Amino acid sequence: MTFRWQNWLFGGALVALMLFTLFPFYWAIVASLTPEAALFRDPSLWPTHIILDHYRALFDERDFITPIRNSLVVAGTTTLFCLTVGTLAAYALARLEFRGKAPIMAFILAVTMFPQISIVSPLYLLLRSLHLIDTYPGLILPYMTFAMPLTVWVLTGSIRQIPKDLEEAAHVDGASRRQSFTKILLPLAVPSLATTGILTFIYCWNEFLFALSFTLGPERQTVPVAIALFRGQYQVPWGQILAAAVVATAPVAAMVLVFQRRIVQGLTAGAVKG
Amino acid sequence: MTAPALRTRKSSLLGREARLGWTLVAPALSVIALIAIFPLGWTFWESLHLHELRMPWLGQPFVGLTNYVEIAKDPRFWAALGHTVFFTVVSISLELLIGLFLALAMNRVFRGRGFVRAAVLVPWAIPTVVAALLWRFIFESQGGIANALLVDAGILKQPLVWFIETATAWVPVILADVWKTTPFVALLLLAGLQNIDLSLYEAAAVDGANAWWQLRHITLPLLKPAILVTLIFRTLDGFRVFDLIYVLTGGGPGTSTEPVALYTFNALLQNLRFGYGSALSVVIFVITFGLALLYVKGLGVRLGGDES
Amino acid sequence: MARIALEHVDKTYPNGYAAARDLSLEIADGELLVLVGPSGSGKSTVLRMMAGLEQVTGGTIRIGERDVTDLPPQQRDIAMVFQNYALYPHMTVRENLGFGLMIRKQPRDVVNRRVDAVAASLGLDALLERKPAQLSGGQRQRVALGRAIVREPLAFLFDEPLSNLDAQLRVETRVELSRLHRKLGATMVYVTHDQSEALTLGDRIAILKEGVLQQIATPMELYERPANKFVAGFIGSPAMNFFEGTLTRTGAGGMCTFRGKDLTIRVPCQPGVNDRVFLGIRPQHLEVVGDAASGEGSLRAEVGVVEPMGNEQIVYLTLPAGERAVAVAPVQPRITPGEKVSVRVRAEGLHVFDAQTGSRISD
Repeated sequence: MTFRWQNWLFGGALVALMLFTLFPFYWAIVASLTPEAALFRDPSLWPTHIILDHYRALFDERDFITPIRNSLVVAGTTTLFCLTVGTLAAYALARLEFRGKAPIMAFILAVTMFPQISIVSPLYLLLRSLHLIDTYPGLILPYMTFAMPLTVWVLTGSIRQIPKDLEEAAHVDGASRRQSFTKILLPLAVPSLATTGILTFIYCWNEFLFALSFTLGPERQTVPVAIALFRGQYQVPWGQILAAAVVATAPVAAMVLVFQRRIVQGLTAGAVKG
Repeated sequence: MTAPALRTRKSSLLGREARLGWTLVAPALSVIALIAIFPLGWTFWESLHLHELRMPWLGQPFVGLTNYVEIAKDPRFWAALGHTVFFTVVSISLELLIGLFLALAMNRVFRGRGFVRAAVLVPWAIPTVVAALLWRFIFESQGGIANALLVDAGILKQPLVWFIETATAWVPVILADVWKTTPFVALLLLAGLQNIDLSLYEAAAVDGANAWWQLRHITLPLLKPAILVTLIFRTLDGFRVFDLIYVLTGGGPGTSTEPVALYTFNALLQNLRFGYGSALSVVIFVITFGLALLYVKGLGVRLGGDES
Repeated sequence: MARIALEHVDKTYPNGYAAARDLSLEIADGELLVLVGPSGSGKSTVLRMMAGLEQVTGGTIRIGERDVTDLPPQQRDIAMVFQNYALYPHMTVRENLGFGLMIRKQPRDVVNRRVDAVAASLGLDALLERKPAQLSGGQRQRVALGRAIVREPLAFLFDEPLSNLDAQLRVETRVELSRLHRKLGATMVYVTHDQSEALTLGDRIAILKEGVLQQIATPMELYERPANKFVAGFIGSPAMNFFEGTLTRTGAGGMCTFRGKDLTIRVPCQPGVNDRVFLGIRPQHLEVVGDAASGEGSLRAEVGVVEPMGNEQIVYLTLPAGERAVAVAPVQPRITPGEKVSVRVRAEGLHVFDAQTGSRISD
């Protein structure tokens, strides 16, 4: 049951928060469609003059396709690898009994809390000695430092929430562990895998420090780095930067909108259940 | 509570299940160990040496704790630490407050709840650098909508150059961080809220408790675990902040908004002082990890006790 | 203590579902009224409307002389015991018991005194510093009860408080509740789906079906003179047997003949009846006899399953035309499955219900 004034308070505040949340995006879209000159002279909330120059410049004058491709490759590969290896580990941690489980979980949780900066230099030197600076593996490998623990953690939490009864029934029916894993658990775990994959992908896509440190030039830079390092001839090319931001954000935003329920479940399954 | 499973032999390190368990966990663990632990050890080792990449003729002599002594005497380090603490405390406070409010609002069923939840997630999902750029643009002195709006509203007489003064430079930084991470906080708290049995509120209402009483005596106490988890994650994130400040202020004006992670980055990859930078890395690690351990221990005990 | 009155109460949800329709009932001061019915009958909804946890869409609710229809629960001065107890998990038993008083800003010593007294009367004094997680189901139930008693409210509302207890504890607690009611002389409204609980506890019982009040009466009256087929079939265990058939007048002597598939029997009836009806006979009124006599008022039957209950036998019968019936027989002679028996109907156990409306025909 609700109190009437509560509805007004929460409703009003929600609207305010929504505006606050969506405003930067709105403004970025508007600004990216406004000619440079108008922007700096007299910024206004409502677009008066819409142009697509910035977007065109993004792909014609600059090469924005390359960073997008780099991000896709790196994030995609990392995610796939972590999901494969991580699922096995998560199965063991969620379903098997053995000593050392708790320390392993604690260890994994602890690694997610590593300050990235602390391992940048040795990773840099390591990658340099392996001639992996400015390459795909040179990013995928370091990305696993946070992607792997994240994957294992969220997957373990998710698998724990799937009732054991079905696998136990399969065992009673004569299925081996591998069969119950592939035929019973895996199909049931597909939503969790998808969610974990999405979360991991988002983290990899957004990563900045490693990408900044381990790439040298536009050939292998990922989207965040490319956008951050946009240079204009005379001044900061805000129009293009914002256009790039919109392009970089739109797919993520779409993904979030479609999968929001799953993402929320994944985030909270990992965090609150501990 | 579950009864112990029927076992014909004690589960030990050598039992069949244990062997399978370790086999399955091994690949993930080794990846993590290789890429996280090994470099960490290296960093520790490096921190005990002098290693100036710009002055290779000096070699890499072992210098013991010299680097750490230098850190203790380094005013820029202490400033950076102060900035980090300031940033973390202010951000978390705002995020908890707004996040709690948002969680309470989202806990009610209303039309468009799915949309609100999705909309609120988008800031969390975009790259931090993009968020930083958006806010940088908003607070630009020329063409910045913030100045335009404030001047129009009469709050400012003329446009401010936000990034020139330390005090005003923090505003977009904190705003950006709050904007980006409050959703995450709200989600964690929302999950905690949804674990609270509705009939407790009904019982309290029948007992005579109005909304404030219910909030104080039912919601907040039962939300403590979720708040604690949130504090852990956010404190650690706060201490590791890098992307946001790199793009928004670059640590400036000067170095007055520089957090420890950025200082370390500069020492390492700009000044190429690998020994010193490693020592800084270790210090950050010890602080962050120490905090994490403290929290996890406290949380672990709490979670274990609440299992009923 | 106070009386509670519902006047033409309606509850319709936005999606059109009606949980309560034109419900009017009155609970006397100090009475224990049981609201009983199958799932979905609206009994919990009615209770929650009394508490103020649900809004009524029509009608009024009075507690005492006050019209509380628009008042929130906080201001109604009633106490409620929830099905899952709703104990505050982070508070000790003492704090749980004293919560309502603390909210009303009662001084500490008053609160402690009342809490101690109630705890002692419920046998909870040793548990005062424990948290709910450390209590057994029965203990938690008593704390929930205690929380209500401490408040000294105008009325008590119980929402299926015994359903989470095991069978034996349920019976024990039922007796305790009865005793409590007598001791406090409190107005109590009790919701349950268990008809035997209703019969044993209630001063009066209100039977609900799909939001409509079927009958409100004392247990005995419900048992002996059910107002319709639903009430007849709901009250009493094992349930009443129903035989479908027609009722035709025989002569002018106020008697009719019931003709069913298997059974033909004479029933006292009102003039002008010539209808399709259901004849209801309680299992207790079907006598199983061994010989194969037949004729008016008795049936041949084959025994299906026999449930030995220790003090009686419940016999499941199949009648010649395929109808099923349940009879209650004394412990001896032992009846065996497959036996062919005769069943005789006791005249005082006949109830006739209109086949279309379900309501009771006859005296």
